[in-house]
Amino acid sequence: MTNLHYDVVVVGSGPGGLAAAISARQNGAEKVLIIERDIELGGILLQCIHNGFGVEVFKEDLPGPSYAQRFIQQVHDLKIDTLLDSMVLETTPDRRLFITNRKLGIREIKAGALVFAMGCRERTRAQIRLPGSRPAGVYTAGTAQRWVNVEGYMPGKRFVILGSGDIGMIMARRLTFEGAKVERVLEIMPYLSGLTRNYVQCLQDFDIPLQLNHTVKRIIGNNRVEAIEAAAVDEQRRIIPGSEEIIPCDTLLLSVGLIPENELSRQAGVRIDPVTAGAFVDSRFHTSVPGIFSAGNVVHVYDLVDWVTQAGLAAGKGAALFAQGKLAVSDKVVRTQAGENVRYIVPHTFDPNLLAEEAIPLQMRVKQPIEAPVWVEAVCNGKSVTRKALPYARPGEMVTLNLKPDVVDSFRESGTLTVNITER
Amino acid sequence: MSETYDIIIIGGGVVGCMTARFLSRYKLSILLIEKEIDIGSVTSAANTALVHPGYDPVSGSLKAKMNVAAVPLWLNLSEELNFAYERCGDFVVAIGQEELPQLDELVERGKRNGVTGMSIVSGDEMRKREPLINPAVSGALFAETGAMCDPFGVTLAAAENAVMNGVTILRDTAFEDFIIQNKRIVGVKTNRGAFGCRWAINAAGLYSDVVMHKAGVRPEFKITPRKGEYLILDRADFELQSVYFPVPTEISKGIMATNSVHGNTILGPTAHDQDDKEDKTNSESGLQEVLEGGRKLIPCVDPRHVIAVFAGLRAAGNAPCETPGVDYGHDFIVEIPATIQGLVNLGGIESPGLSSSPAIALRVIDLLKDAGEKLVEKSDWNPIRPARPRFRHMTHAQRQAVIEKDERYGRVVCRCENVTEGEIVAEIHSPVPATTYDAIKRRTWLGTGRCQGGFDLPRVTHILARELGISETAVSKKGGDSTFLLRPTKQAEDDHD
Repeated sequence: MTNLHYDVVVVGSGPGGLAAAISARQNGAEKVLIIERDIELGGILLQCIHNGFGVEVFKEDLPGPSYAQRFIQQVHDLKIDTLLDSMVLETTPDRRLFITNRKLGIREIKAGALVFAMGCRERTRAQIRLPGSRPAGVYTAGTAQRWVNVEGYMPGKRFVILGSGDIGMIMARRLTFEGAKVERVLEIMPYLSGLTRNYVQCLQDFDIPLQLNHTVKRIIGNNRVEAIEAAAVDEQRRIIPGSEEIIPCDTLLLSVGLIPENELSRQAGVRIDPVTAGAFVDSRFHTSVPGIFSAGNVVHVYDLVDWVTQAGLAAGKGAALFAQGKLAVSDKVVRTQAGENVRYIVPHTFDPNLLAEEAIPLQMRVKQPIEAPVWVEAVCNGKSVTRKALPYARPGEMVTLNLKPDVVDSFRESGTLTVNITER
Repeated sequence: MSETYDIIIIGGGVVGCMTARFLSRYKLSILLIEKEIDIGSVTSAANTALVHPGYDPVSGSLKAKMNVAAVPLWLNLSEELNFAYERCGDFVVAIGQEELPQLDELVERGKRNGVTGMSIVSGDEMRKREPLINPAVSGALFAETGAMCDPFGVTLAAAENAVMNGVTILRDTAFEDFIIQNKRIVGVKTNRGAFGCRWAINAAGLYSDVVMHKAGVRPEFKITPRKGEYLILDRADFELQSVYFPVPTEISKGIMATNSVHGNTILGPTAHDQDDKEDKTNSESGLQEVLEGGRKLIPCVDPRHVIAVFAGLRAAGNAPCETPGVDYGHDFIVEIPATIQGLVNLGGIESPGLSSSPAIALRVIDLLKDAGEKLVEKSDWNPIRPARPRFRHMTHAQRQAVIEKDERYGRVVCRCENVTEGEIVAEIHSPVPATTYDAIKRRTWLGTGRCQGGFDLPRVTHILARELGISETAVSKKGGDSTFLLRPTKQAEDDHD
């Protein structure tokens, strides 16, 4: 077993991982390695052949593979090493990795700094404890997306989609293009869980009905899905008796949420926030374990890939500085706190000294939708630090509040910054 | 009749496969038929995965005798057949003072049944041994012979060893009727034609009543399928130290919380009678019942910990116990009926059927001997079924060695359970080949983790198609029309409605 040593090792080559590797190299790390379990770089972007990527970063509307390719090209140009078709089996708090690869066998890799960019996985049927039979034909939306867009197979002809997540809505349109009938999209919550633009472009434009406050009561069919029983739910998400309806279909797709994939982070001792299911991070995406950074959907589930890229760039810079011994240790720390109608804020902490040099984006999601103009306001020691107005706030769409260098004087001491999102 | 065998075993569950394995020792031609696409895929694949010590069955019943007789066989059997078996002991946990007296009753019954190695553990001791246990625990019965196993793995290992020793297994082959001449069974009709035999062994589990009725045996015997629903919890959230039963009720051992050989906690089962022999659906109320029952023992169980749900059917019968003076109406049947020749009849093999299966197999052999069958041992019988490499359980050095021999062991296909392409390919080309996704899943434990196959499903479909030489659209979950994929993209639908 030949051991390898790199200044920065990035686990995962989705948008977060690609950006982190590029940024690490550009910020002075000499030897940078990306480890990817699939046979090519790009992660889930490769199966996202729809457009909508890059509007913030490139001011262009790109399909997923094109967006990925721009970064893959930079990875090659910057001579960043890649290990494809390789799975990380184990990590340690002192930043050693054990990987397996068909040609190399088991290898140990030592990292000066480590960036976790494993992304997230989809919630499954079992996690929402869907009753009924257990036939073929129940898939997560992402699995179906891989089949249709990468493998080239249709998993059914008549679909019901549970959950109004973005992948589910995008698949509704994609399956319609491929000649399938999407009967409807059911959402247990009283509001959309994905982006409004996806609702308009993927469901409304194709006359696919969305039913809010509805769920699947049971799955019917022994070998293959034959139908599902749908039902309306009340405010407590309990099924309303008498509202049941049998919908014949051969496939049920689930788009019921994403969970950051942090098994390796846990192994390495990284502290995990139970709300986001991702690491506790500072504004450089440095985790609780020195030298381990975390970027992208593995920290919290983003709505737009562009923000994932920005997070990757920040994490890669932090990792490069750490690997070179240049990451400043601050004497001050500001903790962020989710205030009124805010579910969580990332980063969890930041160094106010950094604010003198660069803006720090605070990214958050609201708890409840507000379909009216809102204030997003950051408060420290009872004083308003900054605020911005938004036309509405919806759980499916992330809110970003930029702390700009001009508010640095609000943080002379360590303290807590609370963000509230309230009706204007 | 195309072929004639000495013995045809009807049913490839743990009882049929174990019987085939023990009989493969003798110079006999044996055929085992299984109606499903794979062996062990009904009751043997969906149960609590435990080998019981034998304190639970009614004293004097055949259940008690078979269970207690089987316990000493398991350790050696697990070494010969290389299946997962961990003798961790089990606990019956009394919550609150009022349940405490029932532990003494169980100990007394255990002693009558011949169970050894039982002791009473105090509430304090219990809280120390299992930090997650309900703090209201007042005491527990500990039985050191209780064990966890992989029940499908047991069934498969027995089947493979039987095949290694000359037994023919035909899956997707359903019993239809007996061929009877002069009150003697001379053959079996199936959906794949008729096969001749001198003996037929009814090991049809949930359908054992239907099969015996075709031979005119015990017309009053009836299987009433009893559904048990289960939850499996993520081992990342917590791991139990052992196996915990509540104090039993009249009809079942209650909803238990147990560790498993895979490290995941299993909660269940419920116990609800039904008529349908195929309905293994989960219900909202059943899953709620499991959660609440599980919380009685382990209060910190949370719905968020659940990574899988399943349901199984127990083949509960209504055969009276034949021991004089024992009033019990749900006993095992292990007999050669007097009314017809050439039939070994097994019925009502519900819990503790898995636990009893090796003893039932040996009793079948005794019955055949008693009936005058000359059983001659083969000189070359091989009792060892070798284990195949399991990447997940290896050290890095062992992994390196296996990858050097076959690079496909270096590619992980299931990220949660670390199952490699090499392991999947080996299962497709094993003595009882895996031909479906579920068959791969049960053999390798792939797709059972947090992502429940979301990652591996397209990859395994591809490997199955490649290795079996079929189209990916022909790859199925469990045979029949349970295919995953309909057609390639960029093709028009055949019919538009």
